[in-house]
Amino acid sequence: MTASLTLVVLMAVMFGAGITIMLERSLTRVLIGFLLVGNAVNVLIYLMSGAPGLAPILGEGVDADEISDPLPQVFVLTAIVINLGITAFMLALIYRSWWLAQLGAKGDLIDDEDEDLHDAEEAADLFRISAADDAAVQELIEASDEEYDRALDDELELEASARDDLEAGSAERPEADR
Amino acid sequence: MILTLAIFGAVAIATPWLTRLLGRRVFAVIALVPAAAFVLLLTWMPGVLDGAPVVETVEWIPRLDIALSFRLDALALVLALVVTGIGALVLLYCTWYFADDEPALGRFAALLLAFAGVMFGLVTADDVFVLFVFWEATSVLSYLLIGHYTGRKESRGAALQALTVTTFGGLAMLVGLVVLAVAGGTTSLSELVANPVAGAAGEWGIALVLLGAISKSALVPFHFWLPAAMAAPTPVSAYLHAAAMVKAGVYLVARLAPGYADLEVWHPIVIGLGAFTMLVGGWRALRQYDLKLLLAYGTVSQLGFLVLVTGFGTRDAALAGVALLLAHALFKATLFLTVGIVDHAAGTRDWRRLSGLGRRMPVLAAVAVLAGASMAGVPPLLGFVAKEGVFTALLDAQAEGGSVALWAWVALIGAVAGSVLTVAYTVRFLWGAFSTKPDVPPTPLHATGAAIVVAPATLALAGLVTALGVSFIEPLLAAYADVFPGGHAHLALWHGFEPALWISLGVFALGGVLVWARRGVARLQAAVAPVVDASRGYLGIVSVVDRLAASLTTAIQSRGLPGYLSIILAVFIGGLGTAAILDAGWADDVRLWDYPAQPFIAFVMCIAAVAAVVVRQRMAAVLLVSVTGYGLVVLFGMSGAPDLALTQALVETIVIVVFVLVLRRLPKQIAQRNPPVHKLARSVIGALSGIVMGVIGLVALGARVEPTIADGLPALALEAHGKNIVNVMLVDIRAWDTLGEISVLVAVATGVASLIFVSGRTGGAPRLDDGDLGLDRRNRTRPLPEAASSIRAPRTSLADTDGETDAAAEAASTRQTWLIAGRTISPRNRSILIEVLVRLLFHPAIVVSVYLLFVGHNAPGGGFAGGLLAGLALVARYLAGGRYELGEAAPVDAGRLLGTGLLLAAGTAAGSLLFGGAALESAWFEAEVPVLGTISIGTSTLFDIGVYLVVIGLVLDILRSLGGEVDRQQEEADTGLDDPEPAPTAAVPARPAPTALPDPTPSGSIRTPADPAQSEREPEPEPAEGGRA
Repeated sequence: MTASLTLVVLMAVMFGAGITIMLERSLTRVLIGFLLVGNAVNVLIYLMSGAPGLAPILGEGVDADEISDPLPQVFVLTAIVINLGITAFMLALIYRSWWLAQLGAKGDLIDDEDEDLHDAEEAADLFRISAADDAAVQELIEASDEEYDRALDDELELEASARDDLEAGSAERPEADR
Repeated sequence: MILTLAIFGAVAIATPWLTRLLGRRVFAVIALVPAAAFVLLLTWMPGVLDGAPVVETVEWIPRLDIALSFRLDALALVLALVVTGIGALVLLYCTWYFADDEPALGRFAALLLAFAGVMFGLVTADDVFVLFVFWEATSVLSYLLIGHYTGRKESRGAALQALTVTTFGGLAMLVGLVVLAVAGGTTSLSELVANPVAGAAGEWGIALVLLGAISKSALVPFHFWLPAAMAAPTPVSAYLHAAAMVKAGVYLVARLAPGYADLEVWHPIVIGLGAFTMLVGGWRALRQYDLKLLLAYGTVSQLGFLVLVTGFGTRDAALAGVALLLAHALFKATLFLTVGIVDHAAGTRDWRRLSGLGRRMPVLAAVAVLAGASMAGVPPLLGFVAKEGVFTALLDAQAEGGSVALWAWVALIGAVAGSVLTVAYTVRFLWGAFSTKPDVPPTPLHATGAAIVVAPATLALAGLVTALGVSFIEPLLAAYADVFPGGHAHLALWHGFEPALWISLGVFALGGVLVWARRGVARLQAAVAPVVDASRGYLGIVSVVDRLAASLTTAIQSRGLPGYLSIILAVFIGGLGTAAILDAGWADDVRLWDYPAQPFIAFVMCIAAVAAVVVRQRMAAVLLVSVTGYGLVVLFGMSGAPDLALTQALVETIVIVVFVLVLRRLPKQIAQRNPPVHKLARSVIGALSGIVMGVIGLVALGARVEPTIADGLPALALEAHGKNIVNVMLVDIRAWDTLGEISVLVAVATGVASLIFVSGRTGGAPRLDDGDLGLDRRNRTRPLPEAASSIRAPRTSLADTDGETDAAAEAASTRQTWLIAGRTISPRNRSILIEVLVRLLFHPAIVVSVYLLFVGHNAPGGGFAGGLLAGLALVARYLAGGRYELGEAAPVDAGRLLGTGLLLAAGTAAGSLLFGGAALESAWFEAEVPVLGTISIGTSTLFDIGVYLVVIGLVLDILRSLGGEVDRQQEEADTGLDDPEPAPTAAVPARPAPTALPDPTPSGSIRTPADPAQSEREPEPEPAEGGRA
């Protein structure tokens, strides 16, 4: 495929600039960066046409072999219009969050730097709850384990005879009603 | 079978509703479903015994060769009978187990019935992936049923443990099934067994499938979830964790054994783990105070035994294995149900507090002894018959020698030792539950209905009847076992004085010794127990994984949005960058530029892009970005993409306007004082991302190996009666895409309006005669003296704000206007020049937009460009005349435009279906139209009109939201400055949509900061004036 280095460089520059802007904390700046990245991506798709030719309109005397590849153009056209919609939507989001949250002069700075602390606390809470659930299960199971107690030795001797009866009963006379 | 499953599902869905009507009696009703299935299965039995399995198949995913296929052969029939029969009895038992006021009874009943259906599906499914779906469904239902007491910690914890362990095994099994299905070339389970997959694929596949089986059947090291699951209500334990779900693993082993028992991985897993599990379970059971936990560990032990026997791989072992499976289902379900009754009556399951139950509940005790004796292998019960069969089969296999002889020894020792433990814990159970202990006072008992014993008694008697009439059930069991070669054994109560009988007697004797030497056993238990504790290991692993996941997540997602984005981009740079550099296929034909002007345009765009990073002024940044946008217009225009150039130019203009509309409202300093934190890091990430994208562009250009599909497009376009290929593709060839896109636009437009209009977003932009100019809640609720249709109010007020005299305002009102709503704008903000221009250009612009719409098929243009141009004309009207001007220019509801457009486009898509064509198939008629030339009006033109309307609707929605409504909120905030309330809340009155106003013509003077007192005091009387000058 034929590639125009100019367009590749243009695309890379717009992309880099857009990303740099997107990494700022102001939502409006993020949107500006988004627009630049959008333009860069459109150039990238458009690049895939290869060498440009005539407009893909089959008028009089237009040779079908000389026209530009129309497929990337279709994609880009769609992308341009969608970009408009997304831009408007994000602006509405910015406006609404500013307006309803009464951010006032604080503007559209996103204030989420402490959220990881909050997340960590939330996670710790979850651990506590699930650990408590597991501990309850474990406790229940262990409570049922027989403890060996030396002091019981004598009493157990007494029980031995009753047990022998039962063992004999279940082994030999299953229907026996004890 | 599919019909049966559907009935299970339907009744389960209706069950919560039925429960509201019937209370706990609902169980007796829904028990009819598995009971009916049981009878149905019996009617199929003769055919199955004749060697003709019942098969049903419905296509599901033919491209993956996955079908809803079910196959009822002898093994499936045995399991299905167990599942439905015990299911019916357990449901019946629930009728007396629960009270009417049990919380979530309807949910419980529905889940239990659904489980019965799913289990039935599992044992009859023939497609391995359908089997897997049922398999996982049982895990999920088991989770829900164990967690029935949602308020109890142990209930939640146990449910989660069971789910985690069984789905872990289930996932391994899925991988194994995929391996087997791919290697075997079929998804049919029966075919995979008939023609086993050999080699490494077979070994690995089977090992993974067995992993799933042993986790489901609670073999070591996954056994711990089963005792924990005893937190469930007892009927669940009896059904899921004794008779049905845990048998799924045994079923799978039995199913696969005929084909795969001689694989190398088979015997270590099946016999090694089976024997070990039998011992571990029995040993732990011998230590329990809690009767239900004792049974749970006993079940673990028996499951190990079952896997060992059914997986052993000889005909006789298989026969004994299925008999044992049946026996276990009968006696273990009975015992669990018995514990449930004891628990109910005595309020405890701890045998240290139970005394004298045997004397006072003789029937129950008899039932328990009958079942317990079967468990211990006492004649004349089914447990004895099966165990004799097992011993004989293992002895025979060992005597035959060969490779299995060693495993036969392992199995035999495990089985004998395990049986000794079984005898001992059976005695412990029966003695603990029913004996009269001298040092324990008789346990106080609640009365329980006699009927509750019906279910366990039936099951216990079945254990006796099947043993006495074993020759009647043997054909069914043998029908499965006969798929193995060789073998000759029969199931019988009396085989004569054979070695197996002596083994049985030895087992009883040793079991008696264990009971007698109970003190020693207890001492040993206390010493050994901590060594084997898988559940602590599990808890350790889970806690480590949890903490790792949480710390990783917080590490990756720290430092807010920019930090998170940076991490994503770093992965992008590192991953894709490395891949792109390693790729050898770079574009082969790279030239510096396509035409000489290109680098100059690109240079300007690059400068603008970089400058946008640097500038602090936000509007400057927006304008610089639009420089790159307009640069694209030129680039597209100069290199054969006129449609793109047109669209990009229109969109870029609208974007600038929209930005201005919003930014004028936000405080000035925002987006201008970004603290230069990590500036270098941001630049580095940005630059690297750009470079990687550039490299990717070059690689992508070099990646094409096939000829472009563009070569065929001209012909296709002409076929679609169009010369502009781009437009034809949009509205015809790729119309599905466009339909999706305009749906997105509709969603976006609705979203924008919803975000800005706080309450109610229907209707169009405000009209002049709406009369709610600057309306505010207080004004509206006050009776208003003057006539409503005045448009003077805002003008007067704004004039006041600007400090103009009434005379000047009066002059302004009488001045001839070019725009209808021009007078709503403050005279100081009006520009006659702009009004004239807009007035002159608006209608031509609309005409041109329609022209673009219709010529689009053959020349640059089309619905998108036309719609955008019309939208731009509306933008101009709004900018010149304010929001009332917008309402006058487009007196329609934006939502109607969007809806009509989408309906038109979608209708075109669906319309052709009515005429027998494919969706979006086109039809035309051609006509010669003056000016426009030859126009072929077709369905694709209708489609384009839909696109046109949607785009206009989008722009209109943006304007009336980000323009008009923001204006209104601004005015309200300004006039509300004297309110004690802060501005933003004052701007959020419950303001119904204009169309929904009770009084269509309210009006009021606007209160201004300049003169609030006056407007408060008395609304200015105003002459009723016509809306139009």
